[in-house]
Amino acid sequence: MTMYNQTTDERVDKALANSFLRQATRRATDRLRNNKYKASAELGNWEEWRAAGEAIRKNVISNLDYYLNQLIEQMEKRGVHVHLAKTPADAVTVVRNIVSEHNAKNVLKSKSMISEEIHLNHALEEDGIDVVETDLGEYIIQIAGEPPSHIIVPAMHKTRQQVADLFEPIAGHALSSDTPTLTRFVRTQMREKFLRGDIGITGCNFAVASTGSIVMVTNEGNGRMVSTLPRVQITLMGMERIVPSFRELDILLNLLARSATGQRFSSYTTILTPPKNTADPDGPEEYHLVILDHNRSEILGDKLFRSSLNCIRCGACFNVCPVYRQLGGHAYGSVYSGPIGSVITPLLEKDWKKWGHLPYFSSLCGACSEACPVRIPLHDLLVKLRMRKTQSGHTPQVERQIFKAYRYFFTREKTLRRALRLGAHLQRPFVRNQRITGGPPPLSNWTNSRTLPMVAPKPFMQLWADLKNKR
Amino acid sequence: MKVSLFATCLTNALYPDVDLTMAKILKHLGHSVDVPEGQVCCGQIAFNSGYVDDAREVARTLIDAFERSEVVVGPSGSCIAMIHHYYPTLFEKEPSYLKKAEDLIHKSYEFTQFVVDVLKKPDLGAQYKAKATYHPSCHATRLLGIGEAPLKLLQHVKGLELLPLPEAQLCCGFGGTFSVKMPKISEAMVAEKAQHVLDSGADILLGLDMGCLMNISGYLEKINKPVKTMHIIQLLGEGMKS
Repeated sequence: MTMYNQTTDERVDKALANSFLRQATRRATDRLRNNKYKASAELGNWEEWRAAGEAIRKNVISNLDYYLNQLIEQMEKRGVHVHLAKTPADAVTVVRNIVSEHNAKNVLKSKSMISEEIHLNHALEEDGIDVVETDLGEYIIQIAGEPPSHIIVPAMHKTRQQVADLFEPIAGHALSSDTPTLTRFVRTQMREKFLRGDIGITGCNFAVASTGSIVMVTNEGNGRMVSTLPRVQITLMGMERIVPSFRELDILLNLLARSATGQRFSSYTTILTPPKNTADPDGPEEYHLVILDHNRSEILGDKLFRSSLNCIRCGACFNVCPVYRQLGGHAYGSVYSGPIGSVITPLLEKDWKKWGHLPYFSSLCGACSEACPVRIPLHDLLVKLRMRKTQSGHTPQVERQIFKAYRYFFTREKTLRRALRLGAHLQRPFVRNQRITGGPPPLSNWTNSRTLPMVAPKPFMQLWADLKNKR
Repeated sequence: MKVSLFATCLTNALYPDVDLTMAKILKHLGHSVDVPEGQVCCGQIAFNSGYVDDAREVARTLIDAFERSEVVVGPSGSCIAMIHHYYPTLFEKEPSYLKKAEDLIHKSYEFTQFVVDVLKKPDLGAQYKAKATYHPSCHATRLLGIGEAPLKLLQHVKGLELLPLPEAQLCCGFGGTFSVKMPKISEAMVAEKAQHVLDSGADILLGLDMGCLMNISGYLEKINKPVKTMHIIQLLGEGMKS
């Protein structure tokens, strides 16, 4: 995981220099974005759906304690082991203990962003466990030793040829890079691994509080294999991932599938009400639900940022973000990238030194807020994070001075006029053909790639005053 | 109608002809125009950077300057969006200024929105023979909901052929301080935008926000691609001369 040791600038440079990554990202996000447009437009009243989705999520988040209790009660009543993990380390410990109790050697995983958030694979691998990601994209990045670059399409940044190259050492021979060959190869690998799995670990798209059910959507059916074949199952969920009942679930599943991939419904929607019934032919006999807090309680209590918990992890904001489009996910440096990642990472991790760059990975164009199926004002939240960072004294001294000067001159129009006159003189050494083409930093950050118009000899306010005096 | 101009800090300092032309057009339409003294800036540059207290003082100066105005019109979707979208939160703890801010919100318009939606004058009798494309700036489109107004003005310009801009909805990478705080990402974004402008086949790029246009034209100039960039106001002004 070398990217975690790089600086933000290094990661950005690396991403911008990687034309494969940029082309793959652009192509994939364009496809997802266009599919979403179609799938949302065909409903005819998408804005009403969004409003309904927002209302459902708001209700859940405002009454999270109630719904969590209900969920836990339903689960425990049936013999599910529920574990509340306050920190990522707590969650890892819970899983490690279950694995060692069962003396498990082979762990199967279906896609789970929480497992990425707590860096679970790394911990289990340290214990000598054979952890297998069974989602195709996750399998690819597991082999590559990389974190996901998109929450829905984790290997978005890889081209087919790169994937074929990654598989070659495992296959023992070169593979052609066509999709059927590659998927057939993984399928054969997976079949065998599925049958050997001691424990299955899944994520959770929604947990239905009223019935104590876990809902998982996948497009490969691997989630179904992971949750039925092994005798023991662990489901990881963030504490906010709740839906009150099946009535609300219907709306959220529509919003999720349509926004994520442009499908009307995901290929597989798996609803588990664990553990296995005596009448059930298969399914896990022992079921553990790990509910992760990781500062979510704190976000819940923070009026400014509570709405970030409304997210249903569809990734629609990634696919319209012009910054993500250029960089892909790894340049962010965080497990969650894209607009929602830039919002929640500083809140979850609470480390401005490490994650303080994320709120600035946005031109504030607002495409993310417009795309969000539950109407999270993502770009507004990024501004609020910048405000929080500024107010807690974590912005550079120079920047604070600049804005102090800004405040002074931009509240005094007449003084500003004199300053502009001075600026018109000072700019002379940098002017070529009526344009400023260079200058000291931070001006050079502009002029390195763009020219800048000259400060006008007379600002408009002066021009207007002169015109008025003439009359 | 008595129209007060909001000159906006960027056009005031770098593109005074945009403000001047805006005044001429409004006068031509039979309205009296004034430019209240003391006005400077909407405060967005500080607000978007997280310096809310500095932004609030700048915003207060603007609110005061326009307190007695009937209608306020500015040549920028972004600055007007700042007022409409963020002033209520900026002054949420100051009831007296909140009320003044709301007054300003109700009486302020971006130029094309004002001419087309309020004055109902989409045809200014302008002529301009050129192939042009139009970049819909993000804040005008997404925060103010301006869609048709600028296009209606342009469709009425005789001789002007409007070509579609591929991926028009993509941000140009300006983002105010973003352009200097994240210069490399910003450059990658403007490079893509510039390519779409070139691909459109237009000779002129039009827009309603000088910030975005300054960014795109600055990049096009740096790479020596001769696409002229104009604010819609500049094009209308030129077109109305003939």
